[in-house]
Amino acid sequence: MNNLFVYTLRLADNSLVLAQRLSEWTGHGPFLEEDLALTNVALDTFGTATSLLEYAAQVEGKGRSADDLAYFRHEREYTNVLLVEQPNGDYAKTIIRQAFVDHFNLLLYTELAKSKDETIAGIAQKAIKEVTYHVRHSSSWVLRFGDGTEESHNRAQEAVNELWRFTGELFEMDEVENNLVKEGISVNTSLLKEKWEKQITDLLTKATLKKPESSFMQSGGRKGMHTEHLGYLLSEMQTVPRMYPNAKW
Amino acid sequence: MSDSQGPLWEVFVQKKAGQPFVHCGSLHAFDKEMALQNARDLYTRRNEGMALWVVPSSAITASSPEDMGSFFEPANDKVYRHPTFYQIPDAIGHM
Amino acid sequence: MENKTYEDLFEAKLAKNEMIEPKDWMPENYRKHLIRQVSQHAHSEIVGMLPEGNWITRAPSLRAKKVLLAKVQDEGGHGLYLYTAAETLGISRDELLDNLHTGKAKYSSIFNYPTLTWADIGAIGWLVDGAAIMNQVMLQRTSYGPYARAMVRICKEESFHQRQGYEIMTHLAFGTPEQKAMAQDAINRWWFPTMMMFGPPDAESPNSENAMKWRIKRETNDQLRQRFVNQTVPQVEYLGLTVPDPNLKWNEAKKGYDFSEPDWTEFKNVISGNGPCNKERLGARVKAHKDGAWVREAAAAYAKKQNQSIAA
Repeated sequence: MNNLFVYTLRLADNSLVLAQRLSEWTGHGPFLEEDLALTNVALDTFGTATSLLEYAAQVEGKGRSADDLAYFRHEREYTNVLLVEQPNGDYAKTIIRQAFVDHFNLLLYTELAKSKDETIAGIAQKAIKEVTYHVRHSSSWVLRFGDGTEESHNRAQEAVNELWRFTGELFEMDEVENNLVKEGISVNTSLLKEKWEKQITDLLTKATLKKPESSFMQSGGRKGMHTEHLGYLLSEMQTVPRMYPNAKW
Repeated sequence: MSDSQGPLWEVFVQKKAGQPFVHCGSLHAFDKEMALQNARDLYTRRNEGMALWVVPSSAITASSPEDMGSFFEPANDKVYRHPTFYQIPDAIGHM
Repeated sequence: MENKTYEDLFEAKLAKNEMIEPKDWMPENYRKHLIRQVSQHAHSEIVGMLPEGNWITRAPSLRAKKVLLAKVQDEGGHGLYLYTAAETLGISRDELLDNLHTGKAKYSSIFNYPTLTWADIGAIGWLVDGAAIMNQVMLQRTSYGPYARAMVRICKEESFHQRQGYEIMTHLAFGTPEQKAMAQDAINRWWFPTMMMFGPPDAESPNSENAMKWRIKRETNDQLRQRFVNQTVPQVEYLGLTVPDPNLKWNEAKKGYDFSEPDWTEFKNVISGNGPCNKERLGARVKAHKDGAWVREAAAAYAKKQNQSIAA
């Protein structure tokens, strides 16, 4: 398969699955102002996902549309990282997941903005502005939770402990990505790891939270080996188009 | 007014560079950073501005309707504060 | 004696179509009426996020998903503008929410009906928002300043809502036979509940008289309902669909449609808590509020610590 297609789809799936998770909060947020704030993050993320899926569809050139890619692939064909498919849990878990992803995305898109592939570079340049704000939003909540009440501190620490094992996958490289790095299209994410860890460690420390000792990392999303959560997310998301495959919406 | 939703803030938005900040509404937030972020997320969703102020509502002192006469009517007869009060010879043109 | 003067001033302002502002003197009944109406309106926006929110994760295209998300978010924003307008009348957000959560305050009965298919999202945007907009356009000229200003903002933002709803309906009505049937089914279920949104007939509307006198409302329930029917019927016909009312007929003399009244017994039932989704809607709001308590407490505690460290 075309490396660029595979890679663009990976980026798209990360955004799409995360946005789908975030959108579950709309109407159910911890208070009205924050409900709207998180929905903005979801909308930005759906926007990025859409641009990437459209580009993936174009690169593939087999007549599949962005919607086809979103609605008619099953879980073994989805290639997002495991972190983004984890259920929302409480607001601390949602925020910690978001902070992990936001910090990573800012580093990633900053590099991708220099990609030799103009479309990828353009999508990244637009995303940088959005993600800069997302970092600010999620980081300020990490501080409030870590240094808020005992309950919020404990919930945030629990979320960090639970989600940490999914962060290693963000920095994994394989042949597809190595080839694209050589062509100046993608980013060697393993080189972003140190910076990310420092940023996250600083943030956690400032929030009086601890980085977990354990260094064991789960992996598999790239190969379509997901946690069991993704199947439910997709069944819900895809139900209407799959029920009426010939319909246009 | 402070309650479990956090204190009330007033939001002012500047539409374009050089224009004054105009009151656009209120919101609840627990701290300054949150007030600023919430103002952005609430009141600039449709490109309404390029800069924001947030001010705790409790910090605002307002005039009362009873003050209206004594505050504002005395300015009515101070016509000498306006340029049209003064006669300039036609030959001078615009000044 | 003095109150008499204030009341004269208040009446004079209304007569001149001037707005009443928060610090102006106002009759206690006017204040009460407004708190009731504005908060009810705010609650309707917030509870109204739920039936449509029910379909966000299942929206059938990427475009539809973004549009719906933005629309539901707008409704949250509108609820917020209205809550802050209500707060200028001297009631706190906490009290307002408490009134909703304990069932003391009402919200629009329409949101107690379930959204069963994707077509319901089209029907809500088109019919329900269409009816709401009719009310809201009028309220831009309501006599209480903060309420009127909130409505101006809301109307500006709402203008895309009805269009997006009708766009969904056109896709369905001109789509596959199953889609068309789905659209008709949605109209069948939402038509009469939408008609109820304008409130009981003028003759039986307990709050209407004061609302008109105080220029809070500027048109009666029946006037608005008639206008809605006149405007909507051609839109139904364009879709090749039908209005589920055998008595619907053009009346040349009044240049408007004759139509059946909705079932006001059902209306009273739904308002008093026995609609198909009352328990679920209120339950979801109470749950979000309760689940969010520790988040708000954390934010309050953090803000307090920050202020102390600044002071120190």
